[in-house]
Amino acid sequence: MIKIKNLEFSYNRKTRLLSDLNLQLEAGHIHGLLGKNGEGKSTLLKLISGLVFPTQGEICVMGFEPRKRHPEMLQEIFFLPEELPQILLSIENYEKVYAPFYPKFNSEQFDNYLKEFEIDSKKSALNKLSQGQKKKVFIAFGLATNTKLLLMDEPSNGLDIPSKGQFRRMVASAIDDERCLVISTHQVRDLDSLIDGIIIMEGHEIVFNEPIENITKKLLFKVVDRNESNDTEIYSEDSLRGRYQVSENITGEESKLDIELLFNAVIANKNRVKNLFSTKNN
Amino acid sequence: MEFKDNQAIYLQIGDYVCEQILLGRWNEGERILSVRELGVALEVNPNTVLRTFDFLQSIEIIFNKRGVGYFVVEQAKSKIIEYRRKQFLENELPVIFRSMEILGMKIEDLNQQYKIYLKSNP
Repeated sequence: MIKIKNLEFSYNRKTRLLSDLNLQLEAGHIHGLLGKNGEGKSTLLKLISGLVFPTQGEICVMGFEPRKRHPEMLQEIFFLPEELPQILLSIENYEKVYAPFYPKFNSEQFDNYLKEFEIDSKKSALNKLSQGQKKKVFIAFGLATNTKLLLMDEPSNGLDIPSKGQFRRMVASAIDDERCLVISTHQVRDLDSLIDGIIIMEGHEIVFNEPIENITKKLLFKVVDRNESNDTEIYSEDSLRGRYQVSENITGEESKLDIELLFNAVIANKNRVKNLFSTKNN
Repeated sequence: MEFKDNQAIYLQIGDYVCEQILLGRWNEGERILSVRELGVALEVNPNTVLRTFDFLQSIEIIFNKRGVGYFVVEQAKSKIIEYRRKQFLENELPVIFRSMEILGMKIEDLNQQYKIYLKSNP
């Protein structure tokens, strides 16, 4: 679906934002894109959708080069930016104008999603809606385009409590073997049951990209005794329940992946995690 | 669905399915929700549900009819109980034993409590 090789990108000559970035993503998964502020997550999504161009390196999306903005590629990509555009149209007219760009757009599906999000009237003007409601409209629209690639930048930001569950249900129903979702987020607890692949960006590049099944095969997330010491530990944090630890999984025990803990472990101990996952012996 | 921190999500979904069968909400021999339907209901990735179904198939609690869907096997209830007992003895009991050791309790000390429990839950 997406292949990126030796990508380099900078907004100005002085600072390089991305360098020697490599990434390969397959359809049929919901990838969570994680990284600290300013690491270039949004920029990466823009590069994939052809909104900005690489300084060097190759990007291949469904066989196309995004910078050429080939219509056949664009009709299969929907990008939901974090900052939504100012649009003066009503929901109804927005659909009329923008849906035709997406051949697989399904109007009935759009209506159902809006209904689930409790947006009652399609006559409402988009710029009269609250930020959260507007986000819901664009999420609903994006899912209803049925594009093969759906990129969402912080989609759960600004959503109220009930709509986070609604969002998870919609995404769970929308994913299939043909579709690929990339969701950049800091709100990992909102999406933790939805994501089945984790991508971590740090220091201009991708430092981690693994399916969840693999992660829990190689890593063990567990609360251990404060005094217990073992050399399989990669990272730990003190919690009320004891020491919450990420360690090498040598027993084959299955634990629940904690995305926040994984993220901190990768940032703190990048090379050790990298080595652990690069040994392809099992 | 609220997930606990101490067990893989796909196994927690497995427990959920087993519970539905034990409670008689899903019957032996009948078709159960599809991977996608259960994913939507529990707000989880359908790939995770698929992993649950693979696992439940491997311990012979459900089976797949190609192109039709997943079904609860006949005798599923007794298989679940057998599986759950094994889990209890291997995973939950050692935790209780450990607490008892720390607190200096003997197995006889539990007898009285167990009798009270049986009385109040006839």
